[in-house]
Amino acid sequence: MAQASADTDQAVATRPGAEAGVVHRRRSRRKLPWPIGFYRTAVGKKWVMALSGIALLGYVLVHMLGNMKVYLGPEEINSYGESLRELGGHLVPRTNLLWLMRIGLILAFAVHIHSAYSLTRMNISSRPERYQGGRDYIAVNFASRTMRWTGIIVLLYLAYHLADLTWGWANPDFIRGDVYHNMVESFSRWPVAILYIVANVALAIHIYHGAWSMFQSLGINNPRYNEARRVFAGAFAFAIGAGNVLFPVMVLTGVIG
Amino acid sequence: MHITLKVWRQTGPDATGRFETYEAPDISPEMSFLEMLDLVNERLIEAGREPIEFDSDCREGICGTCGLMINGQAHGPQRATATCQLHMREFSDGEHITVEPWRAAAFPIVKDLVVNRAALDRIVEAGGFITARVGSAPDANLIPVPKESADAAMDAAACIGCGACVAACPNSAAQLFTAAKVQHLNLLPQGQAQRWSRTQEMVETMELFFGSCTNYGECHEACPKEISLDFIAMMNRDYVKAMLTNRQRDGQKKVG
Repeated sequence: MAQASADTDQAVATRPGAEAGVVHRRRSRRKLPWPIGFYRTAVGKKWVMALSGIALLGYVLVHMLGNMKVYLGPEEINSYGESLRELGGHLVPRTNLLWLMRIGLILAFAVHIHSAYSLTRMNISSRPERYQGGRDYIAVNFASRTMRWTGIIVLLYLAYHLADLTWGWANPDFIRGDVYHNMVESFSRWPVAILYIVANVALAIHIYHGAWSMFQSLGINNPRYNEARRVFAGAFAFAIGAGNVLFPVMVLTGVIG
Repeated sequence: MHITLKVWRQTGPDATGRFETYEAPDISPEMSFLEMLDLVNERLIEAGREPIEFDSDCREGICGTCGLMINGQAHGPQRATATCQLHMREFSDGEHITVEPWRAAAFPIVKDLVVNRAALDRIVEAGGFITARVGSAPDANLIPVPKESADAAMDAAACIGCGACVAACPNSAAQLFTAAKVQHLNLLPQGQAQRWSRTQEMVETMELFFGSCTNYGECHEACPKEISLDFIAMMNRDYVKAMLTNRQRDGQKKVG
């Protein structure tokens, strides 16, 4: 029933003049098997974006908590870094579990970014001509309007962050395995510290909208708990933002190092 | 009241539009926005000029025909009302008011402030109905409906299909409209038989025309019936279930 009406589309005139103006309509696409067909729809992409977002939220939280070992001294954080490679103990070869987690993260990043990219293109094509008289928004906030930009900032920062503290290319005093030393050396340089602070504020802003929005996309809603979703998103964003910004600040003020 | 109007004028779908400014003196604050436009049009006709084309029908906020972008807000500054229920007392004397048609790829301009919203009809045609037994009316209370379901379905059914959600959405998404039309049936026992095919067909038809939801919440603020964002979440949930349910059925024999 639905296919038939969708095909005889644009000619239907409901009132004189209604046939005027061609309704923009995308091509119907061939039905594909469930996971691919699902991902090709916008609702499916948002679902994937939310799920990968949850994975990434879990990652940034654990990453931040782990890094807090820096407050306990060089031995604690360095052995924490080493134990990540030793995950699984003697049951699995060294770094294998870590690589499994890394591959999962890379996949989560890939689908998160791809879904954002293709949905953005879809949205731009849905309003080719903007409002000429301007808009007066009511519900949007800074976080929701800047998701694309904070996302790009976080992505660029991620590339630098890996080069700086994982591979060490961007860190002239890099010593592989000495996490404490590398952090202190990096954050002691003003431009690097500012970059970390700006990027983590952007990350917190990104999370503020994302951690609320994901409940909508996944369809997890209940009027009784809707307020709690906002509180959760705000608290999560604040915790990540504050926790991560404090690392360079603590190095600069001499508390660490 | 003296109002200065900046109105979008466009002679046809393919013509280039532009804003034109009209002075509107002696406007009563008791007039509705559309009555004010009627008066402006009468004066234009008397002066031998082309009147401003705009859509309206019931003028009591229940038909969904009217809809203008007024000062950058769908249906104007007053919450929970359609353009016809907006009164001039909401504006101040001497105010400049910008009036623009809904803008979306799926809502092409027909003339001036009139747009073609047929894309919304395509979504409803895709599954916004139930296939019911015809014949004599069934006994009352033959199908028990829980009070909570009836209330929620009624809230969704309040949608008048004006398109303000699409107009207000920065992405031109029709999620709020589609969610209301999907859920007012999905919440009721009578809607269960076609629940999954309805959800899938309507969502996929919606995506042929409109943008995607980024959870800005502008649609809810613009909606003259204050349809809740919760319905969008419910539709998302039902869509995922529909994909799974239909897949199971496709493996057997096509049903519904």
